[in-house]
Amino acid sequence: MLSGYVVTVLITIGIYVILALSLNIITGYAGQISLGHAAFMGIGAYTSALLYTKAGWGFWPAFLAAGAMAALVGAILAIPCLRVREDFLAITTMGINFVVEAVFLYIPFFGAGMGIGGINAPTLFGRELEKTGFLTLVVLVILATIAADRWLMRSWTGLAWSAIREDEHAAGAMGIDVVRFKVLAFMLGSAGAGFAGSLYAHFLTFIMPVNFNFGQSMVILSMVVFGGIGTLRGPIIGAIVLGALPEISRPAMEYRTFLYGILLLLLMRFQPDGILGERSLVVRGWRALRPNRVVGIR
Amino acid sequence: MLWQQIANGIATGAVYALTTLGLTMVYGVLRVLHVAHAGIYTLGAFVGLFTYRATGSFWIGLLAAMVVCAIVGVLIERFLYAPLLHLPRIVPLIGSIGLFIAMEEGFRIVAGPYALAYDAEVQFGNLALGPLRLSAPQTVILVVTLVLLGLLWLLLSRSRIGLAMRATAMDAETTSTFGISTRAVVTLNFIIGSALAGASGVLIGVYDNQVWPTMGSIPAYKCLAIVVLGGLGNIPGSVLASFVIGLAETLLIGVVAIPFPRDALAFVAMILVLMFRPHGLLGRG
Repeated sequence: MLSGYVVTVLITIGIYVILALSLNIITGYAGQISLGHAAFMGIGAYTSALLYTKAGWGFWPAFLAAGAMAALVGAILAIPCLRVREDFLAITTMGINFVVEAVFLYIPFFGAGMGIGGINAPTLFGRELEKTGFLTLVVLVILATIAADRWLMRSWTGLAWSAIREDEHAAGAMGIDVVRFKVLAFMLGSAGAGFAGSLYAHFLTFIMPVNFNFGQSMVILSMVVFGGIGTLRGPIIGAIVLGALPEISRPAMEYRTFLYGILLLLLMRFQPDGILGERSLVVRGWRALRPNRVVGIR
Repeated sequence: MLWQQIANGIATGAVYALTTLGLTMVYGVLRVLHVAHAGIYTLGAFVGLFTYRATGSFWIGLLAAMVVCAIVGVLIERFLYAPLLHLPRIVPLIGSIGLFIAMEEGFRIVAGPYALAYDAEVQFGNLALGPLRLSAPQTVILVVTLVLLGLLWLLLSRSRIGLAMRATAMDAETTSTFGISTRAVVTLNFIIGSALAGASGVLIGVYDNQVWPTMGSIPAYKCLAIVVLGGLGNIPGSVLASFVIGLAETLLIGVVAIPFPRDALAFVAMILVLMFRPHGLLGRG
């Protein structure tokens, strides 16, 4: 069996995979830069934690409510985001992250600086889930996210998002309801973050505003970009590699954040498409080895 | 008490103005969100402090900080941003964030994690304008800022170089057809912007009497909010927004005592303004 330590690391990485996949919907597929994804993770985590500890809900309804609440807030906050483009959008989403964190930090209802404790692990048929059980749950949520991702990208929604990402005005001129699809992207991406946040809260059993700050958003975004934005494999691999990095680089404790910064910098400079993006060395090399195969879109 | 807070607000606004000017100038010519600008600001504070310790002169420290920061700014432009300009905006943004993380950690590794005292003696009098009293450090901040802003204004509005800079910010392609080296203009923007950031690092270091590796973390993002508030790339707009935010923060927290974190206020103001003016206070669509 896997040791407790390994399972803990795997669960953390798994939660990051969900977060990266959900951010990829907003930023990768629909092309809307979001620098505030951790805010929606936080909204999910706090919804779940408050319903569980204060309202006495069970894990499962609280988990669903976390996704729904994050989706709702995501849709509402998408409205100010629709007014602004590109760099203004990036800074607006960043601002949303700072404001949401400030709300958690300063309003006593949300536990303020003390956070919320006493959140237990989920139960199934009256028994509390063990670590490995929790890992299975995380993997199931990842599989569901991947299935939803594939289904959406094969539908008109995926095509509409691609069109908006490439040229918003042209997409609008072709009769695509740009507002509707942008709000949909923010809603679905935020829902994913909300589910991940709920899992995170019940896994850590204790949450604080700092878990959902702008730095966390940057961690999630760098996973998406590291692997290859706008692909399915990219965010998954990015979350696994960058999620495992703190554990692997434990011997270089003193320098690991420094190395992380340098890694991001060098990757953007020399492999701006991420390690598994369409124009990355790995993917081009792979294609060169198999010249006669027609490779799918993603 | 109220006048004291106003004096604090003006000093804070002046430092914001110096820091955000560089950001807005870089954005004006490159359309890059230069997060690592705050790393340059921290670098300036450290260079200023170490030069001050070696020479005993605040002014030599200030000058050294501006020179070193200008050089580092140009290097960042050459080796990081220039090759990435044709790629999606998110690529230079993430690269810049990576560089900022590495710079902060680099300062920590070199100078240690603790705050270092910056007790430079600044021979400068207090300033009293009616009921408004500025302490010696506040006076230095205000005087240095106004002098630098004045020089920048002269350069931009009264010289041929300034004309080339404004033209490049407006439309780089057309400008280059007039025989103007837009490369040189971009470099000049980085020199000026980074030197100003270095100066503001030194000033804030002296004002707070401390310099520490992560002193740029909050300015890194707050200054982006201020720049957006003023209208990205708009120089008078970002100066106006700096003073508005500096005063609003100090007065709302210090006088009205609203229970809200000081550093989130700039973002609330920014989001509210963007609702009604999606291109910022003085931005044009």
